Amino acid sequence: MLARALVQPGRWATLLVLLVWLPLIAYVMFRSALGGAASDVLLPAVPAVVALYALGLARCRGSWVASVGLTLVCFWFVIAVAVPFLPLTDPDKPIAALALPGTTKHGVHFILGSDARGRDMLSRTLWGCQRVLVWGITATAAAYAVGVVLGLLGGYLGGWCDDVVSFIGNLLLSFPVMVLFILILNLLGQSGFNIVIAVTSSSAPMIMRIVRGLTLEAKNRDYIHAAQTRGEHPLWVMGVELLPNVRGPLIVDACLRLGYTTVAITTLTFLGLGLQPPDPDWGLMIKEGATAALLWKYSYLITIPALAVSSLILGFNMIADGMRELSGRS
Amino acid sequence: MLLIMLAASVLLFAVFDTDQFRRKVAVAELGGFGVATLSEQDYQHWLSRNGFEQPFWTRYGQWLARLSHGELGESLEKDVPVATLLQESIAHTAILGFFVFLFMIPLALLLGLLAGVNEGSLLDRGISLLSVLTTSTPQIATAVLLTVVLALGLNWVPAKSAMLEGWSFRELILPLLTLLIYEVGYLARMTRAATLEVMAAPYVRTAVLKGLPWSRVVSRHVLRNALIVPVTLICQELNGLLSQIVVVEVFFQYAGFGRMLFDAASFGDIQVLQAATLVAVLVAVLSQFLSDAAYVALNPRVQF
Repeated sequence: MLARALVQPGRWATLLVLLVWLPLIAYVMFRSALGGAASDVLLPAVPAVVALYALGLARCRGSWVASVGLTLVCFWFVIAVAVPFLPLTDPDKPIAALALPGTTKHGVHFILGSDARGRDMLSRTLWGCQRVLVWGITATAAAYAVGVVLGLLGGYLGGWCDDVVSFIGNLLLSFPVMVLFILILNLLGQSGFNIVIAVTSSSAPMIMRIVRGLTLEAKNRDYIHAAQTRGEHPLWVMGVELLPNVRGPLIVDACLRLGYTTVAITTLTFLGLGLQPPDPDWGLMIKEGATAALLWKYSYLITIPALAVSSLILGFNMIADGMRELSGRS
Repeated sequence: MLLIMLAASVLLFAVFDTDQFRRKVAVAELGGFGVATLSEQDYQHWLSRNGFEQPFWTRYGQWLARLSHGELGESLEKDVPVATLLQESIAHTAILGFFVFLFMIPLALLLGLLAGVNEGSLLDRGISLLSVLTTSTPQIATAVLLTVVLALGLNWVPAKSAMLEGWSFRELILPLLTLLIYEVGYLARMTRAATLEVMAAPYVRTAVLKGLPWSRVVSRHVLRNALIVPVTLICQELNGLLSQIVVVEVFFQYAGFGRMLFDAASFGDIQVLQAATLVAVLVAVLSQFLSDAAYVALNPRVQF
């Protein structure tokens, strides 16, 4: 038993993801409360990311698209968990001499230059990935939790349950995503947690549709009938028999959705609706830079965070593409 | 569809009926510095004067009746009827949207078909890679990069599109390109996938084996069926485009519908926000309906 569990990479992956995500969210949310010991929280996450990368590479063998995507994403994850240990200047501390108008320079004093307030661009860019990754994963996971449960209920139970679930889904889908975000964040206020709510309400209906479709398809398979005849509880059938067997397309979709969520979070922060200053964040950097950088020599203020966020999203999309390719081949 | 629209309007009305939004309206009407300075007494007085103690559904009915007469109220911020504001901004956005569709449809379909028909060729690889790249870049990043290269570096087009000195097509170029780059990539990708599916169908193999020239197989057998999915997607994109237009219009300061909605939301201009959201939902529902209708029209095998 133990040996079989050990060779199943899926379980290890789940454990490792938790090992990365929990320290990260603890660090981002409670950094000030933890004080000086804050960065120690991230220590176990560093080897976990490396292990995840190794596991992932083994899975992606045969698809260079997926491998490149995985490398991109893991690069940012390594940065996210290791950034407190890197020899960087404080991303929030301006150097007064560089904050004077006109002294913002590329390549002077700092490797990537300083921003309009005299803060280190390189340091800010690297620190910026933390919040995007943490809230991106949390929001996607929340959307999946809601979407999968509703989709399973609707698809498997059918009847009025299906009608209600589908109607709520259609209702939420009838709002353009950005309009929904603007409404929710204005109503609830602007914080990372409310971004999770906003993303959940826009993504969960789509996930629900996918899960519902897959459930309807799998519902009439023999193994489901067998479980029903055995007299298993519907919840057991849904969770243990159905869900693991439809996970393939869901994993691909999850990678794509992580990309969408990253886009959404950066965009919302850019619009001033999401995460608030002063902590560094790519969307905020673009927002701050866009007002200052209307000259060619200051353009690096916005191109650097724009390229950073694009590379992360490209990574997620490439993983999804590569996995689809792999599953189609086998 | 009607049911969805009705439910959405109830939802919207309920959202704007919350205490938080009411206070904003009250502050704007009574004149004051902010929600925090509004005294509880004034607020209660304002509530009763405006008939807020009537039950929810009565007020909802009245609101619907006013809506059906086209009375959208007045903007709290700009002192203009919402209808005028709405008309103007929708016209601006419609121009932008028109040009997006004008360039997107032929370009994306052509690229997608070319890639799908020549699967695995260098052309296909190139188009696929390009579409992955363009769909992976969020609009703000595209907007930033385009501004830096075309406006700041090469100085070909103005960096902002506020159109303060009247209408100019030159100022439309950057928002248009930003939207196009993403949309073309997305649609081309979907077209390619649809074409691949059709290419694998038995009737295409039959047509090839029958000895038909390749061009005829593609134009008569593949094209018709490969276009079903993209056409429905184009209809649906009306909804997706609306979201992206908000971002692009805010970035380039283009005075369109999306920017109006965003400004109304951030300044608490409830009347405008309510009307704009309703229009947005209407467009979204219509686009879904259009897409369903197109699917049935193009695919006679489907019956509803």
